[in-house]
Amino acid sequence: MHVPDGFLDAPTSLATGALAATTLTVAIRRVRDQHEEKAAPLAGLTAAFVFAVQMINFPVGIGTSGHLLGGALAAILVGPWTAILCMSVVLLVQALLFADGGLTALGTNITLMGVVTVLVGWGVARLVLRVLPRRPASAVPASFVAALVSVPAAALGFVGLYAIGGAADLSLGALAVSMVGWHLLIGLGEAVITAATVSAVIAVRPDLVFAARGLQPALELRGPGAPRRGPGALLPAPVAAPPASPRGSVRPVLLIGGAVALLLAGVVSVFASSSPDGLEHVAGEKGFLETARAHLLADLPLADYGKVGGIPVGLAGILGVVVTITIGWLLLRLVARRRTRPVAEPARSAERV
Amino acid sequence: MSAGHSHRLYRHGDTVVHRLPAHTKLLALVLFVLTVVATPREQYWAFGAYLVLLAAVAVAAAVPVGFIAGRMVVELPFVAFALLLPFIAHGPRTEFLGLTVSQTGLLGAWNILAKATLGVIASILLAATTEPRELLTGLRRLRVPALLVEISSFMVRYADVVTDEMRRMRIARESRGFQASHLGHMRVLARSAGALFIRSYERGERVHLAMLARGYTGVMPMTEDRPIPRTAWLAAAAVPLLALVIATTAWSLA
Repeated sequence: MHVPDGFLDAPTSLATGALAATTLTVAIRRVRDQHEEKAAPLAGLTAAFVFAVQMINFPVGIGTSGHLLGGALAAILVGPWTAILCMSVVLLVQALLFADGGLTALGTNITLMGVVTVLVGWGVARLVLRVLPRRPASAVPASFVAALVSVPAAALGFVGLYAIGGAADLSLGALAVSMVGWHLLIGLGEAVITAATVSAVIAVRPDLVFAARGLQPALELRGPGAPRRGPGALLPAPVAAPPASPRGSVRPVLLIGGAVALLLAGVVSVFASSSPDGLEHVAGEKGFLETARAHLLADLPLADYGKVGGIPVGLAGILGVVVTITIGWLLLRLVARRRTRPVAEPARSAERV
Repeated sequence: MSAGHSHRLYRHGDTVVHRLPAHTKLLALVLFVLTVVATPREQYWAFGAYLVLLAAVAVAAAVPVGFIAGRMVVELPFVAFALLLPFIAHGPRTEFLGLTVSQTGLLGAWNILAKATLGVIASILLAATTEPRELLTGLRRLRVPALLVEISSFMVRYADVVTDEMRRMRIARESRGFQASHLGHMRVLARSAGALFIRSYERGERVHLAMLARGYTGVMPMTEDRPIPRTAWLAAAAVPLLALVIATTAWSLA
């Protein structure tokens, strides 16, 4: 997905370059505040890790394999700002030493693969973590969803940039559908491997996972000498019982998130379906329809879904959101059901204060 | 591991191009590629002229054609996209090699192929004639934020170490009969990735401690900061200036 030189026109390249530079300035300031003089070696080694892990090929489907982008993974492991720096450095070194991705397209590449994947991944992970129980293991499903969303988000960003400064007038609807559809598959692979990686790190060093910080239960004394819990104990008694069900506070988040997603799907689909008929029209006119479809849309179930079934792309987008939300909800329910703990927890939650 | 090793992408030599200071070459490369990208795509001759320019640099730097061609494979995914463009773009149709294709798509494909190829060749020439370490000091001289350059230098130094660790883990897996063939095997790969992250991060902590022990205060000391002779700037400016001449001619003809 490394965009080469000349793929987007010069103004777009310069604009994304400025955008990337601004984001990097903010990230550098944040990282310096956060790590102080430790920043360079830690971020450098993490960048080397991302660089190495991008070489791991994993099977995506029948016979094909993909490799990790790593944006969401880095965001969850080292935090969003360090992750932006790491991804940008990886892209910079790849462009300079490996000629992978053009130099004028460096801003574009950093924006898409370094900033969009990291920020989208981090935002999604935070949202999911708000719903899940507060414990380190919750970072695993959070990273799954984060990685799953981050890859198509970057693909959508690419389509947006192509719409602004692309070299040829493609049918944007078809491009969006094919890019997002394909990257949804890649995102699934990315999600599986990201979640499994985070799970492996949490099993050994939960303190290293940035997204899981603050999720560890507080230490408590046990054994005969330990202070007894209760009214006269050293530990402060809980002021009030913790909310019986976090769902009450979570529902607005879910509702707003769902509304935003549906709105986005609507907006994107309007943007996407602004000219999808152009290709079909011309192609049909020129007796070219079959070839075009065979080339661009053949291996995409979503594309057939949106076009052949007579369903407009916009509706397909909204349907996709609904299906995703439903699946996500079911997954969350499954996870939530597993935390059937006795109500011996008030002390734990009080200690966290 | 130390900076003394030269990278496998670097081609040792002692030519004019090798001796130029890294940051002049970097600046020349960026300006050159920017000029190429801004050239109108209908002026086919201009791209041929750029190619001649790059060929001249390659000859001056004694970089063989085979070396450049071998490294151009990174461009392949987008070549595939470019080859698809004439078929999927809309607009008036035209005949090309006996096929009916979109005119704008054909132009777009040519645009991507020509500009991306020139960009890739130019980048390969830079990487082949400049050591990574010098490239990083060049970035520093070009006022790229110090933290970014430092992170990059750590990445370049340790990329091989980390990649080697990953390679050893792969050898260990494969010598036990493992081969990633279905989705269930992702767990195994992911565990390796998790272990790799922990090893990398802990190595980062050790490196930091070692640096502190050697008097690190948060900024890397700048060594070797002698003034750049004017002739070096002139030599480096030759390529982008010639490219600018080509581009302005192309613009005036367009």
